[in-house]
Amino acid sequence: MSTDKNTGKKPALIVEDIGMKFNLSSEKVDSFKEYVIKSIRHQISYDEFWALEHINFTLNKGDRLGILGLNGAGKSTLLKVIAGVFKPTTGRVIRNGKIVPLLELGAGFDQQYTGRENIYLYGTVLGYSKKYLDEKFDEILEFSELGKFIDVPLKNYSSGMKSKLGFSIATISNPEILILDEVLSVGDAKFRKKSEAKIMSMMDGGTTVLFVSHSIDQVCAICNKAMILDHGHLIEYGDIEEIAPIYNKMVGD
Amino acid sequence: MEYFRNFWGHRYLLAELVKKGIKLKYRRSYLGIIWSLLEPLLTTIVLTVVFGTLFGVKDQSYPLYVLCGRLLFSLFSSGTTSAMKSIRDNAGMIKKVYVPKYLYPMASILFNFVIFLISLIILIPLSLYCGVYPKASWLLIFVPLILLLMLTFGVGMILATVNVFFRDMEYLWEVFKLLIMYMSAVFYYPERLLDSPYAFLLKYNPLYCIIEMFRYVLIGGETYSIHHAEYAFGSALILIVIGCIAFYKKQDKFILNI
Repeated sequence: MSTDKNTGKKPALIVEDIGMKFNLSSEKVDSFKEYVIKSIRHQISYDEFWALEHINFTLNKGDRLGILGLNGAGKSTLLKVIAGVFKPTTGRVIRNGKIVPLLELGAGFDQQYTGRENIYLYGTVLGYSKKYLDEKFDEILEFSELGKFIDVPLKNYSSGMKSKLGFSIATISNPEILILDEVLSVGDAKFRKKSEAKIMSMMDGGTTVLFVSHSIDQVCAICNKAMILDHGHLIEYGDIEEIAPIYNKMVGD
Repeated sequence: MEYFRNFWGHRYLLAELVKKGIKLKYRRSYLGIIWSLLEPLLTTIVLTVVFGTLFGVKDQSYPLYVLCGRLLFSLFSSGTTSAMKSIRDNAGMIKKVYVPKYLYPMASILFNFVIFLISLIILIPLSLYCGVYPKASWLLIFVPLILLLMLTFGVGMILATVNVFFRDMEYLWEVFKLLIMYMSAVFYYPERLLDSPYAFLLKYNPLYCIIEMFRYVLIGGETYSIHHAEYAFGSALILIVIGCIAFYKKQDKFILNI
């Protein structure tokens, strides 16, 4: 589909030696008084904690990477670094194209705004223009199955409705890079099927996908590559067929 | 240039955030945006009655004098406060998607500024009531308004940065604002204070300089000193530079503290 098929293809995503350090202070200091008292007593001590260290990989256009690992392995941190939310302590991320992150659906909504207004607000945050959203509005509304609730303030929505709306907005276009963090467990079974089908169709359009899930079956169904993270280190990286057995052994299946 | 292009790319988002602020401010109130006219008018009546009587002011334009001070101070007050809180208020969004973070304080100042511009309408009926009629100098009104916007932006950026790390700033700033209000000649005539050894409280307060300039353009009176404008412009510019540098240097750490 792309004209540069035979010439050197530009990778969609290059992650170079990413490291992410957090300072864990034993207590959070966020008032002047505490700060002054504690610095006088020399009680401000930070424990350094590397959530990620020396992560390197490259994804080509159309690759679907599954990120596996136990809780606390650094999966979400890695996604947030790639999305640009966290600035990495070391290394850099080179992104070629637009990134749409689907992390914790609905977290960026305004509670007092109606569904309709949130479509425009959240859509603009993701970088779509008003004109584009006008065009796509009906499509978003239909996919979200919200119907007349679209003009109700978001605070009256159920969590399922919020997730459906979030999913519908974020997947409205075909971004070059799509980041999915455990979001395929959204809504009821019917919506889940629909959203999986939607993701599949986006991937057919050549979107590069980063996918975090604890369900190895889901990862096998969607991804062609996989990596295993353990305590912030990249311990395995390769095709999904090689990685899946290793992961299964790791979790003791 | 790179920064400017980045900013231009996010202009829709800035507009959307400004719109959100305006829409939500008066949502679910019966009078809605009318409040932006009614509220300064009501407080002006109270201030005029109380302090006009207390100081024995005979001047016919005193209510207009008070309203000018009150309007400009309240923009400074609401703009800086909402910029200060903007990073925390938008924590949900910041943690999730990358957008340039300065858009949040910028949007909260701009939406307050738009509401402020609407509230200026109330000046027209009150001017007529006080016997001050439209004149050519009214066309210059944009000068103090731009200076006020710059000053609010500079202070707002500094506060937005500080407040991420020290939440006490919110309470401290309330106290400071009260002090600044008393130092800005909002509801009294400054002459006696200007003749006292405490004149510096007013003279070195850029907000006072801007309010005086606004009053001079609107009401007229004694000749105006251009030094006020220069001083206000200079200090607003310095505050903007400090605010932007502080914000820029610290913005990557915001996410770890919200």
